[in-house]
Amino acid sequence: MKIIVCVKQVPDAKDVRLDPKTNTLSREGVESIMNPFDRHALEAAVALKEQYGGTVTAITMGPPQAEETLRDAVACGADEGVLVSDRAFAGADTWATTYTLAKAIEKLGEFDLIICGKQAIDGDTAQVGPGLAQRLDIPYVAYARKIGGCVDGTIRLERLMDDGYDEIEMAMPALMTVVKEINEPRVPSLKGKMKARKMQATVLTAADIGADPDQLGLQGSTTRVVRVFSPEFSAEKCMLTGTADEMVDQLLNKLDKLL
Amino acid sequence: MIVDVARQITAEKIIPQRAELDEKEEFPTEILRTIAKGDLFGLYIPEEYGGFGGGSFEMVLALEEFAKGCVGVATSFAASALGAYPILVSGSEELKEKYMPVIASGEKWAAFGLTEANAGSDASGIQTTAVLDGDAWVLNGTKQWITNAGDAQIYSIIAITDHSKGPRGASMFVVEDGDPGFSYGVKEKKLGIRASSTRELIFKDCRIPKERLIGRQGTGFFTVMKTLDLSRPGIAALGVGLGQAALDEAVLYAKQRVQFGKPVISFQAVQHILADMAIQVEASRALVYAAARHIDTGTKEISKESSMCKVMATDMAMKVTVDAVQVLAGHGYMREYPVEKMMRDAKILQIYEGTNQIQRNVIGQALNKEYSRS
Repeated sequence: MKIIVCVKQVPDAKDVRLDPKTNTLSREGVESIMNPFDRHALEAAVALKEQYGGTVTAITMGPPQAEETLRDAVACGADEGVLVSDRAFAGADTWATTYTLAKAIEKLGEFDLIICGKQAIDGDTAQVGPGLAQRLDIPYVAYARKIGGCVDGTIRLERLMDDGYDEIEMAMPALMTVVKEINEPRVPSLKGKMKARKMQATVLTAADIGADPDQLGLQGSTTRVVRVFSPEFSAEKCMLTGTADEMVDQLLNKLDKLL
Repeated sequence: MIVDVARQITAEKIIPQRAELDEKEEFPTEILRTIAKGDLFGLYIPEEYGGFGGGSFEMVLALEEFAKGCVGVATSFAASALGAYPILVSGSEELKEKYMPVIASGEKWAAFGLTEANAGSDASGIQTTAVLDGDAWVLNGTKQWITNAGDAQIYSIIAITDHSKGPRGASMFVVEDGDPGFSYGVKEKKLGIRASSTRELIFKDCRIPKERLIGRQGTGFFTVMKTLDLSRPGIAALGVGLGQAALDEAVLYAKQRVQFGKPVISFQAVQHILADMAIQVEASRALVYAAARHIDTGTKEISKESSMCKVMATDMAMKVTVDAVQVLAGHGYMREYPVEKMMRDAKILQIYEGTNQIQRNVIGQALNKEYSRS
């Protein structure tokens, strides 16, 4: 089984600050880590490899220092790392990112499964996994919480829903994004760390993947960050009492006030 | 790199669980499996048997990190090495090939059986016997206070094979969990290191294949002494890790706790306690590292250095943990804070793998021998 895991280097959430002037994340002096959801994606991939054999390739799009995250991935069981890196990629939104990653993955050749974390803790969009599947024209399942097994080119999954879960069988090649419940990521092993130290990531540039320059980076992005803020939740619980008719009246009254 | 892996396991797996393991007196099975996945069970085992090929120093580094989290967990890990050393030191090639790879991978855990009701510091009081009957050894007797007993799968045991030969009448054997006539006593209730398991090993006409004899017949005491020489720096490392953890807790607390309008660390009375703690931790660490490096040179004369570092670092751990409780005072005495557990855990370090009094005997005898030579 050839498995690709998408990983992203993100600032450690423990000390994230926003630049009040530019509304972007201030990364100066903040330690970088592998996106926590991606650690679960990697663990799922390595566990599948241990069960069915095959290889795990970790891929990341980012600046040269993102290679550190690929090293972490190798220390935790990935076989190799691919760094998709070019100045032309800078400022990419999820539209441009999925385009770039899709081109890079096509360049790598055939695969059976792509696994992503459900979202990155910096952007929080949860769009790259599903978007990448669309770009590659393969089926996908988001929010996988359990892998049942792989049989005859299909994979059985449980997808977490608001009110329970779905049991899904999906034909491969396919993509899945995972939630934290799926597993407990392993701590890197000594042998993995030694391998990681020697690892040379394959670097792919815009030219290497044959990308259309107009679709890359800020230029290829269809969205701009205008403002960053924490949404306020003002939900409150309210119990209605009385007869059914009285409660319906009360409810209609309340709905009237909202509209 | 060893430190990185051990530190991450300590931070992510050991520290979050230590209070519960202590409270419930629960063996840390899952944590040991994590350590196995981290490739740390084979640190001291040669590469040809699936190990990392390191020595005493590598073990010391890992044990120091684990002890910063929990000495109970670290003891369970260290006890597997204690059970493996006799096979590594004196075992036949067949025994090494059979047992070392599974111990190195952490797939199976080992334990060491020396102490009995009438034998501990005085190893010559051993009453467990082994008699050759055809192609099997038959063991009878009871070992007590055996770390990992009941949870390990491989046991290195010393038993008397010839009463008439005195110290040359003892031999070591490998006993496996499930061998006929081999059972365990009830789990002991302890002051500290409650995550580790301690039980009796009971042999009632326990038959094991002849090939399970470790080394030649009559070399049991030699193997035990050599094993303890190799393992003691590990116990010393537990003292260093524990002392460091207690110091860390004490300093952080002293910076936060405000009395008379100031953090208590601004008072010289507290500063001096912390300074003495730091001096002792650092001095012990230096001696332990030096002893481990000395052992790793391959020299045969290691008893004195091994005992010296064990005494110094474990006496230090006892004193420093008591001081940490004093610095945290009322909070330190409460189970909500980790230092009371550290103080309880420290005591065993002065007792097991040779009491600190016995260590001083070893050092004294080594000095006597050394100075007679010139």
